[in-house]
Amino acid sequence: LGTFEDRRWEATEVEEAAPGDAPSDSQTSSAPETVVTPSQPEDDFQEELVIRPLHSGDIYASFQFRTVWDTDFMGGKKVSHYRLFPKSLGQVISKFSVRELHISFTQGYWRTMQWGQPFLPSPPGAELWVWFQDTVTDVDGTWKELTNVLSGIFCASLNFIDSTNTVQPSASFKPLGIGNVTDHRFLRYATLPREIVCTENLTPWKKLLPCGSKAGLAVLMKSEKLFHSSFHSQAVHIRPVCQDWQCKSTSWELRQTLNVVFDLHSSGQGKREWSLFKMFSRTLTEACPLASSSKIYIDVTDNPQGEQFELSPATPLLSQAVVLGDRRTYSVYDLTQQATFGSMRSLNMLLRWKSSDGECDMMRPLLHGERYVAGYGLQTGEIHTLMYNHHPYRAFPVLLLDTVPWYLRLYIHTLTVTSKGKDNKPSYIHYQPSKDRVRPHLLEMLVQLPPNSVTEVTVQFERALLKWTEYTPDPNHGFYVGSSVVSALVPSVVAMDTNSTQERPLFSSFFPSKEESSYFVRIYTEPLLVNLPTPDFSMPYNVICLTCTVVAVGYGSLYNLLTRTFQVEEPSPGLAKRLANIIRKMRGVPPL
Amino acid sequence: RVTRKRSVDKAGQFFGSGHTNNWAVTCTSQFWFNYRHVANTLSVYRSVKRLGIPDSHIVLMLADDMACNHRNPKPATVFSHKNMELNVYGDDVEVDYRGYEVTVENFLRVLTGRLPPSTPRSKRLLSDDRSNILIYLTGHGGNGFLKFQDSEEISNVELADAFEQMWQKRRYNELLFIIDTCQGASMYERFYSPNLMALASSQVGEDSLSHQPDLAIGVHLMDRYTFYLLEFLEDIHPASTTNMNDLFKVCPKSQCVSTPGHRTDLFLRDPGSVLITDFFGSVRKVEITMETINLTSPVEQVEDKPVDGDLQRETHSYVDQLPVSEIIHQKPKQKDWHPPDGFILGLWTLILLVFFKTYGVKHLKHIF
Repeated sequence: LGTFEDRRWEATEVEEAAPGDAPSDSQTSSAPETVVTPSQPEDDFQEELVIRPLHSGDIYASFQFRTVWDTDFMGGKKVSHYRLFPKSLGQVISKFSVRELHISFTQGYWRTMQWGQPFLPSPPGAELWVWFQDTVTDVDGTWKELTNVLSGIFCASLNFIDSTNTVQPSASFKPLGIGNVTDHRFLRYATLPREIVCTENLTPWKKLLPCGSKAGLAVLMKSEKLFHSSFHSQAVHIRPVCQDWQCKSTSWELRQTLNVVFDLHSSGQGKREWSLFKMFSRTLTEACPLASSSKIYIDVTDNPQGEQFELSPATPLLSQAVVLGDRRTYSVYDLTQQATFGSMRSLNMLLRWKSSDGECDMMRPLLHGERYVAGYGLQTGEIHTLMYNHHPYRAFPVLLLDTVPWYLRLYIHTLTVTSKGKDNKPSYIHYQPSKDRVRPHLLEMLVQLPPNSVTEVTVQFERALLKWTEYTPDPNHGFYVGSSVVSALVPSVVAMDTNSTQERPLFSSFFPSKEESSYFVRIYTEPLLVNLPTPDFSMPYNVICLTCTVVAVGYGSLYNLLTRTFQVEEPSPGLAKRLANIIRKMRGVPPL
Repeated sequence: RVTRKRSVDKAGQFFGSGHTNNWAVTCTSQFWFNYRHVANTLSVYRSVKRLGIPDSHIVLMLADDMACNHRNPKPATVFSHKNMELNVYGDDVEVDYRGYEVTVENFLRVLTGRLPPSTPRSKRLLSDDRSNILIYLTGHGGNGFLKFQDSEEISNVELADAFEQMWQKRRYNELLFIIDTCQGASMYERFYSPNLMALASSQVGEDSLSHQPDLAIGVHLMDRYTFYLLEFLEDIHPASTTNMNDLFKVCPKSQCVSTPGHRTDLFLRDPGSVLITDFFGSVRKVEITMETINLTSPVEQVEDKPVDGDLQRETHSYVDQLPVSEIIHQKPKQKDWHPPDGFILGLWTLILLVFFKTYGVKHLKHIF
């Protein structure tokens, strides 16, 4: 795993007990107690930040924190001494027999055509997919408990994940860690497109880091700046990895990633000049003391002679890495070296752009996806998914995964896949129909995308009427349909590095590559917002009022008419006549 | 080393006025224009955290997201004073119930403790009979009810019964209930369990009013009662000896326009002897000792079996992310065989009956 820095905390030693202090009511050994330093499995922590200026003037910052631990959660011995690895996640892994766990919280949508490919893709909202060990007997029950526990750890409403939005993909989402068996019975995938991401999700995420937010790169994570961005995504990935190049034994890897794209106009005030202080309102003063490596990479591939932008303070370290199918050059700042911080003891990198004309176009991303709802009215509609292949002469296969909630009833007989106007038959289709209120639709297709073309997948659907208790408190907002997932092996421009355990920067070593000519990429389309026919929730009150009025007026009047008897009544005489009658009564004469 | 006898005496002093403090703070309003209710809740949350109650002892329920709402011109902030002086959202906030999770049912379940077994600890009110609980509710209300999420209500009878359940199950020692809604006093009229003290921002028939709008954000930032309550709480520090009688004087009619009310007849102690920090803070009594205490001897670590270099262990490898040929030739899953359901059985029975009726039973022996 390379050389470690010398700056590591020493394990604290247990002090020898002083002879006179043995308590009288407990057994003591006559020999002085020996110092026992338990043999701990080794763990290692690395942190890095990659800054990539985007062609639209925005800037993309990607944090990765990686903890590798050589312990065995699945073995018989219970793990009880945690150092760098967070205890809450370790207990989750051992209690629920988790083989791999990937959870992400995203605010915003990644615009592939303007920003290129992200290092780690994620869909808007919350996404959780888990591979369980094959010793688990009741996967659904374990999944339900796991989502509840994770909702407590991350302060998110993950407890809304249940059977109506969980699917079991049959070919997508292969494990990203090592393993031989891929029985998809042990895989569960769920997404909550409506989930909001805010400081309350960032706070527990930061607390999982060994240094917290007190030292190292995590001091830059101030929520006021991070959430004032076009795109914000934080994720936790746990998987088993090879311990060394021989790969005879495994160790557990925890990666915490945070991707953020700052907008030129709202965060940058229109000026094309970015610095750490402008992006994060903080500067760096030290690396995390528990980290074996702490680096910042700035993408300077488009700036070989410094003609586009100027980077200060200057750094002599340059590194090249093959990432996303392209060889990129990076300026490296090593935070474990005291010299990086200079005389001011703080590092604030500045990227200042020179004249803003005559920029070269960025390399067009080879794969791109879009999705939208067509149709009119509240009864039927059509979902269109478009996949673009921008490679001039290579075709490649993609695996499309669609999860549609049960209240949009898909008519699969209307499913069409067309490329360049002609029908394109998928070589593999897996469809699991939905069951009302039990499970959603699952559609997986392996489609070959012809070069330089647009492939369109359309399917018609009908909107269902929900029971009135199933509507959310604000049903007129609409209902979300989760993003489609497109997984593909995209041909790469340069040869990818298949040796997975060499010392590589973290951002280039996330997806394992098996072959040199292509790299794996996963893109997410937009989520959809559809309106379901919504009843008028004030109608019960109106109906009661109207019915009661009709009943009271109609029935009441009819009853009176039927049961009342009428009598003729003498009209009362006028005042003069009444006075006269009184006088006549007094006189004893009959009245008028 | 502390002898047993002394520790018992000290324990009596510790438990004199309620030991642990857990509490719940709730906001029950949705939509952007109810920003002030979230600001109310967060300012009380902030005061209580400042006075020492940790996040593990707070159940915070916010019915809608204001800080990261797209209408918020300054994301990840919730302000309580105009001109954006005080950000009550802060950088270290943990919301336990948010969005659609804030419902009457969940609120009552949290209070009474009847939650599904897989509910995480941070979402439970783990109080016992020595806990002082503070409950703060804010939102829109009326005479005898409080509105949740713009679609359901909790009535004062339900709330009183929930508190009685808590009393029967010994889930609180003393409980302080503060409500800032219109006609808030109606909510505590029906309480009947002992050791409850209640405060409301307005009497029956009166409306609680909001304090001040902020022109940049475009909505009202706080309600009057909570604004003055926050001002009062900012002067409290963990060692202060202010008591409840001062809390009852917060926001008189001249400032609040409505008349705040309170109810102490169910409370056993005299309100003048109850400290504010009994409910709003978590003051631990600490005794410092200079004596060493022997812990049990450390466990001898069992040595792992030495790694045998000759032992052939299988080489692991990463899984192919998109094995195209494997996917294409994937056999379709064997569908589980289900016995034919009622419709098919009924149909076949009908066909057989008709057949035998038509052709007579004597043909039966030719078939079998």
